[in-house]
Order: sequence, then structure tokens, then C-alpha cells
Amino acid sequence: MTSILFFEQLLNGIQFGTMLFLMSAGLTLIFGVMGLINLAHGSFYMIGAFSAALIASLTGSFWLALLASLSGAAIAGVLIEIIIIRRLYRRDHLDQVLATFALILLLSEGVRWYFGAFPLYLDIPENLNGTLPILDDIIYSKYRLFIIFMGLLIAVGLYILISKTRLGVRIRAGQNDRQMISALGIDISKLYTIVFALGASLAGLAGAMIGAIQSVEVGMGEPILILAFVVIVIGGIGSIKGALIGSILVGVTDTIGRIFLPELLKIFMESASATSVGSSIGSMLIYILMALILIIKPSGLFGKT
Amino acid sequence: MKKFTTTLVALLIMGSTSSFADGHKVKVGMITTLSGGGSGLGIDVRDGFMLAVKGNKNISVITKDDQRKPDIAVQLADKMIQSDKVDVLTGIIWSNLAMAVVPATVNQGKFYLSPNAGPSKLAGKGCHKNYFNVAWQNDNLHEAAGGYANSAGFKNSFILAPNYPAGKDALTGYKRYFKGSLAGEIYTKLGQKDYAAEIAQIRASGADSVFFFLPGGMGIGFMKQFSQSGIKLPVVGPAFSFDQGILKAVGDAALGVKNTSQWSKDIDNNANKKFVKDFQSEYGRLPSLYASQGYDTGKLLISAMSKAKVKDKDKFRDALRKADFSSTRGKFSFDKNHHPIQDIYVREVIKEGKILTNKIVSVGLKDHSNAYVSECKM
Amino acid sequence: MIIEKTFNKWILVFLFLIPVLGFIFEEPYYITLTTKVVILGIAGIGLNLALGYCGLISFGHAAFFGLGGYVTGILSFHALNSELMFSWPFVSSGSSDMLVIWPIVILSSAFLALIIGLLSLRTTGVYFIMITLAFAQMLYFFAISWPNYGGEDGLSIYMRNSLPMINTMDPLNFYFICLCWLLTVIFISAKLINSSFGMAFQAIKQNEERVKSVGIETFKVKLLVFVISGTITGLAGSLYTDLNRFISPSVLNWQMSGEIMVFVILGGIARLYGPLVGAAFFIVLEQTLGSYTENWQFWLGLILILEILYVRTGILSLFEKKLKYEK
Repeated sequence: MTSILFFEQLLNGIQFGTMLFLMSAGLTLIFGVMGLINLAHGSFYMIGAFSAALIASLTGSFWLALLASLSGAAIAGVLIEIIIIRRLYRRDHLDQVLATFALILLLSEGVRWYFGAFPLYLDIPENLNGTLPILDDIIYSKYRLFIIFMGLLIAVGLYILISKTRLGVRIRAGQNDRQMISALGIDISKLYTIVFALGASLAGLAGAMIGAIQSVEVGMGEPILILAFVVIVIGGIGSIKGALIGSILVGVTDTIGRIFLPELLKIFMESASATSVGSSIGSMLIYILMALILIIKPSGLFGKT
Repeated sequence: MKKFTTTLVALLIMGSTSSFADGHKVKVGMITTLSGGGSGLGIDVRDGFMLAVKGNKNISVITKDDQRKPDIAVQLADKMIQSDKVDVLTGIIWSNLAMAVVPATVNQGKFYLSPNAGPSKLAGKGCHKNYFNVAWQNDNLHEAAGGYANSAGFKNSFILAPNYPAGKDALTGYKRYFKGSLAGEIYTKLGQKDYAAEIAQIRASGADSVFFFLPGGMGIGFMKQFSQSGIKLPVVGPAFSFDQGILKAVGDAALGVKNTSQWSKDIDNNANKKFVKDFQSEYGRLPSLYASQGYDTGKLLISAMSKAKVKDKDKFRDALRKADFSSTRGKFSFDKNHHPIQDIYVREVIKEGKILTNKIVSVGLKDHSNAYVSECKM
Repeated sequence: MIIEKTFNKWILVFLFLIPVLGFIFEEPYYITLTTKVVILGIAGIGLNLALGYCGLISFGHAAFFGLGGYVTGILSFHALNSELMFSWPFVSSGSSDMLVIWPIVILSSAFLALIIGLLSLRTTGVYFIMITLAFAQMLYFFAISWPNYGGEDGLSIYMRNSLPMINTMDPLNFYFICLCWLLTVIFISAKLINSSFGMAFQAIKQNEERVKSVGIETFKVKLLVFVISGTITGLAGSLYTDLNRFISPSVLNWQMSGEIMVFVILGGIARLYGPLVGAAFFIVLEQTLGSYTENWQFWLGLILILEILYVRTGILSLFEKKLKYEK
């Protein structure tokens, strides 16, 4: 194991983390402001990817496709918020779980119905193809650097939005005291719709960017949804900062763990079983991490107690 | 309450159409994946099978969706055997579902014709006289990939597969035929779609070739990321990541990649030409290898029905064993453990106009059987 | 106009009637299907104790369901192949006798629930939901990659485990075994809920601080509820393995936890018969829709959403409202 390889894997972990951040930022905002457990957040990831694939196949432009993912997921978000989600805010968490679970079924099967059962094609633009030399010996995928860049850009954007703008003030007020904010005469249902659409569009963007290097298919959102929940719980629910740090932590732990654990175990046991055992523990690692963090800090790293 | 009762009673009555099969009729139960992830494979197998038996009045088919869940598959098999009184079961795509359903089915005296999964357990110690595999034993395509790697002069392969039984079978199959050394061997997480970390390892390993078995969405992700990484190593894998349904999603990243398959659209025989033409006109898309397997399963069944009545189990079994049908693959026969002896081809991904598809470049393994025949006491 | 209690009695009558109907119409599959409803109902009743009555929203009950299933599968697998299971502290080569398997399942599920409970109950709310999920996911990935018992392929045991004097392979017999367990579990739960211990854990759901202030050690109460809950669900897992004669990691998946939770919510939280009704509703819907269209999940989702928007807190609440009007 060379230090170059280690550094490259670290970048991979960070890239995975920034992508998780796009998913979890929306999820944590929606929970923080509206108190909604949204299991269907992964569906917006899927909707974003499918919108992008559709537009890319029509226009051939990746950038238009990214735009489509943002707007497609946002439109879906607005519609779903107005028709269904709005009625759930005052309900029990469990009702929300059931309703959004049902939404997953509805949206996944709806998308499959319309687009068919086979994965769609979505590729990265030509000028982001290939690798870029960074530092001496390290070469790294341009597109993955682009993902890291986009993730950081959005993190900064969210920071400015929340700390510097009028909308941000309302969001923070909503997180602290829901009754108060409506008493102040702010149109709370509009605020909720905006926050929900914002979360949905971030998830949609993540879906399109990742769909371009993985696959655009039905059911792509659920594994990532579970990871996003892991992230916001580790970071502390409602905290954007927590989501960012949690994302990077999960991304790096998962990547580094699954590569270096088998190598580490090879010191103690023979190669074949080290590979096997190492991969097994590697796939459990982020859950072990989450359990450990929660045992030590029961409300996450930056959560309010 | 009343509604609840009526619904249930209605349900009971609906399902209770009893069969008045005369000896020549065969009732087929098809359990396959029609919803959710991976449903593309099930739909292809079903469509291929239905095309083969189309117009045959003696065959009735009941199709059910297993949702890719083994427990659902077991319950459906119970239903088809107990309530629908089927004679033959078929359709299962995934090895883990096959392992759940097949042993119980064949032990109850029903025939099972596998159109896709071929786990090693069912080929070796767990083989059964009523179980016929019309596709391949799971290791076959990987073995051919190993054989191809030798002939292409690869000396140092990097191999990877998901960390589950079929993945382990795949790497074992490759290693069984590959004579070179291994630059690395990785088991990835099942369902993982990002391979940045693994690709970095491949880059650092000094390998001269890559073999991978990553079915479904996993393979799409790997191929795209591998091609973007700028690593120029030759890649070989089984056909599952390069079949007609998936190629479109992989895109040009797959161009030129060698893959191994027992079937290809351009195998030159009349049965295959007819199949490709009929499939396209019936469903408006190119067939995949899964569709060809479903089709062959249907044709095998028809061939046995013309020789014996299904109620006469011994005769019917003998008729199946003869495999007296024109396979889309050309030469096809069953080995002692009821798994195919067939040629495995090496294909290359090419572009026909705008459509990505495969063409045969050579025969990887001729008249290939499987490694488990001797373990099967039958 | 019927009230919930009468409805519950009807459910029981129905459970005894269905196999008879299945017998008359020569549809043994409906017995199998009802057996499934009963087993998943038991799993749900287990979860309901923690989730409904004590407010412990566990998203990881698949862990207990799967453990019960695997313990059953592994014991029977060794008995089947007469392979040695372990030789320390005593020699064992498994068992295929339900009377031996059940106590082992109960003990091991209780033990697992104790460990998970001890570690998880420090957290509350969404954190508790997620930490329970984490433990179930750990077991899931472990089961997938652990080669000894089939990994993802799962483990077939071919024959149901046996009971003295009873042929368990007969669908009707096995159904009645499961029904006996259901009645036992309902009986125990009812006793528990109405006991002083039951008052304590239901009070914790309302206001834990207040319960603490009267000197009750709420942590211990919650832990005990969680252990009982996990044990019942584990038992259901054991029966599920016998129903299918097969166990695989798919029952450890988070979707399984989700499904059990859906049964509970669908039927009505903190209602004794709720999970059973929820499971029945879900499975009947799945079967009927599935026979009409390939896209049944779409319609299932739609119906569930309508249910949650308009029926609100579970199917059984329909009958509760009527009660209020009658008064």
C-alpha cells in the first residue's frame, strides 16, 4: 500500500461523501424545519436521474440534463408536497413513515411503468472524461473532481442561503419554533413547499450526477436513502454542518475500510479468507461507526440534546 | 366486515378453477421477476418462453412475479403445486431463489426447467432427476472467460466479483481455466455501484487484464467508471453485463469489450434466425441471451410433449433428457447431471448503426460441460 | 355497526373458518397464505408491544425475525446432515424437533434483544429508529457474506421441523400450530398490557419524565419491553422458516423491518389485533392486485396513501369511531 494509493482512496471517500451530502442536506433540512421523516427522499434522487437521462437523450447535452434533474425533481417535489406531504406535518412520525413508504412504491413503479424495466443511458460530458494529474504522481478522474467541486459549491451556497438571506432566517426560525413563525404572519405553507422542493432538487441533482457514472435505474434511490439517514443521524438531525461532516466521515470510512481492511487482515490470516472476512466487515463498517457514535453521543455529533 | 368477507370468498372462488387436463396437456407454472430491480431479466425470459409456446393449445402457462424475494418464490411454488396443480415449473432468474424453490419442487415429483440460474449445488451433490438446466451451470461463462484469457495471452489478471455465493463461483470458475497469476482478487459489496476505490487498486496492481462479474446495475457502473479512468487494460467478463438490455445503458464504454456467452444474435442456424426475427416482430426489440434461454426452455418442453405424456413421468423425463429440439445455440445436449453440453462463444461488443450489440469472434470452449458431473449421483 | 372488540372476535372466528373454506374449495394455497398472515401478524404483535405501547420505534426488528429464522434453519440443517454443530461446552449436532428449537429461538432472540436494547435505549426518537436499523443492517451484511450457511443463497431445510404425533408437512396442521402460537402471543400481550408493568410502559410512551418522577426506573422497563418484543418477533421468524422450509438474508433486510412496521401502522398502532389486520390487509391486497396487473406496486402505494390520508390511524380505528357514536 503506497501513500499515493492511500491519497487516491481518500479522494474517493471524499467524493462519495460530497455526493451523500447532497442527499442528506435536503433530508436533514426537511426534518429540521417540518419535522417530517421522508422515506421517499430517495425517489427524488431517482426522478432527477431519469429526468436527466430523458433530456440528455433528447438534446445530447449533459448540462441541460443537469438542469433538468434539478427542475424535474423540484417540480415533482412541489406537486407531491402540495398533494400529499402537506397533510402529514401534524401527523405522528409513524403515519409519515407509512405514507412516504407508500410513495416509494408508487413512484418507483410509476417510473418503471413509464420508462420500462431496463436501465437508461446517461454519460458524462466529453470534456470531463479522463483524468487530471494533481500533485506529483497522482492522477484523478476529472469528473469525480467535478463532483467534489459541485458538492463544496452547494455546501457554501447552503451556508449563505441559511445564514445570510431572508429565506434562511425563516428556515432557522422554523427549526426553532414552528408556532412562533406562523404567528409572525409568515406564510408557513409556502415556506414548507420551498424547503421541500429545495431538498428534492438537491437529491435530484445528486441522482443525475451519480447516475452518469453508475446506472440510471428504478430502485437506485433506496440504498442511498439509507446511507443518507445514517449520515444525518451521525451528524445530528437538522444540522447542515452535521450533515456535511457526517457525509465525509461515512464516505471516507466506507471507502478506506473496504479497501484497507482486507489488506490489514492479510497480516493475520491467509489471503483468501482475509479478503472474504475483510469485505464482510467492510460492508458493515458504517453501521458499526453509526452505532458507536450514537452510543457515545446519543443525539449525533452536532444534534441538539 | 361484510366487504372483507366477500373479498376473501371472491378470492377463494377466483382461484378455484380446477384443471381437467387430458394426458397431452401440460400446465406450466412460471415464477419470475417482473417488478422492481432486475425485472428486465424476468421479462425477457417470460417473453422468450411465451414466444416459443405461442399458439400451442396444449400448453397453459401461469405466470407470477416473485419480486426477487426467495420467500415469495417459495410461496408461489407452493401455490402452483398445491392449488394450480402444475406439471412443470420454470422461470426463476436468481440462484438464491432457485436454491429456495427447486429442491422442494423436484422432490414433490414436479419437473423444473431452469431458464437462467445454475447454482453449483444443483449440478453436483444436489442434482435431481426432475431438474433440467436449459441455460448453463453458473461457472460456465466464467470458465470460458478464463480460457479466453489464456488464448489472448493474459498473464496477470485482476479479478473482482460481489461478495456472495454466485460471485465466489464466478472467480472460482475463472481461476479453474486461467493459467496466469492474479494481480489482485477483490470481493465487492453486493449492490455496490461505485468502483472508484477498486479501480484505483487495479491501476496500482500492475495487472495486464481485468476479469469482472458484476451483474445488473453493478456492471453498468463499473464499465462506465473503468472507461473514464483512462486505464487501458483489456477487460473480459461474462455476457451478463453486456446483454442487449443493458448495453444501451453502458453506452460506448462497452465498445470492443470481449465477453463470453453460450448464445449470440449472430449464431448462424435457422432456429436462431427465426427466433431473432420473430422476437423482434412480436416485441419490437432485440432479444437478449435471457430471452433465448426462455425460448429454448419452451422449445425443449414442446419437444418432450410430442414424445410422451407428462403424467408418465419416466417417459417424459427420458424425452426431456434427449433434448430433441433445434436450439437457438445450435448443438445442444444434456450431460449426466442434466446440465447443457454446449459451445461457449467469445463475443465482442460492436455498433450496428447506432445500436450496440455483440458479434461472435471465436469459440471459447467447445462442447463444454461442467465441473460437477462426477459429484452427481444419478 | 360493530365495535372493535366484536370485530376482534370475528377475526378469530375467521381464522378458524378460512382453512375449512380452503378445504372445501380445494385451495390448500389459501391455508398457506393465511399461515403467512398469522406468522407475520405474530411478528407485528411483537413489534407493536415496543412500538405501539411503549413508543420505542424500532426499525430493526428484522434482526430478531431473521435471527429466529436462522437459528431454526441452522439447527435443523445440522440435524438433517447429522453434522456436528459445535463440541464445546457440550456436543451438539442440531435438532429438528420444534420442542427443542423453540426454546433455543426464544433464548437467543431475547439475548440479542437484550444486547441491542442495552446499546440502543440510550437514544430516543429518530436516533433510536436509526440505531436499531444499524444493528439489523450489520446482521444482514454478515449473513450475506458468511459462507457456512449459504450466504445470500440462503439455507434450505427441505422438511419442516417435527412435533411429536403431528405431521407438520400437512398445511392444515402447520397452520394450527401457528394459530396456537398466535393465540398464546395475543393472550400474553393482553395480560401484559393490563398488568401494572403494562401501565408503566404505556405511561412511558405518554410522558417518560413523569414516570421517572414517581420512582420507576424507566430504562429497565423499556429494556424489558424491548426484549419481550424482540423475542416474540424472533419466534415468528422461526415459524416463517418452517413455513417456507427455507431461510435467507432477505428477511434480515431493512425492507423486512419496514414491512413489519407497515403492518403495525396499517392495522392501528397500540391495538392488540392491529398488526394481524394490517398483515391480512396488506397480503390480500398484494395478492389481488398482483393477479390483475404487473404494476401492482403502484396501486398498492396509492391505496396505502389514501388509507393514511383518509382513514388516518389504522384500519381498526374505523370500528373505534363507531363505538363513540354509539355511546
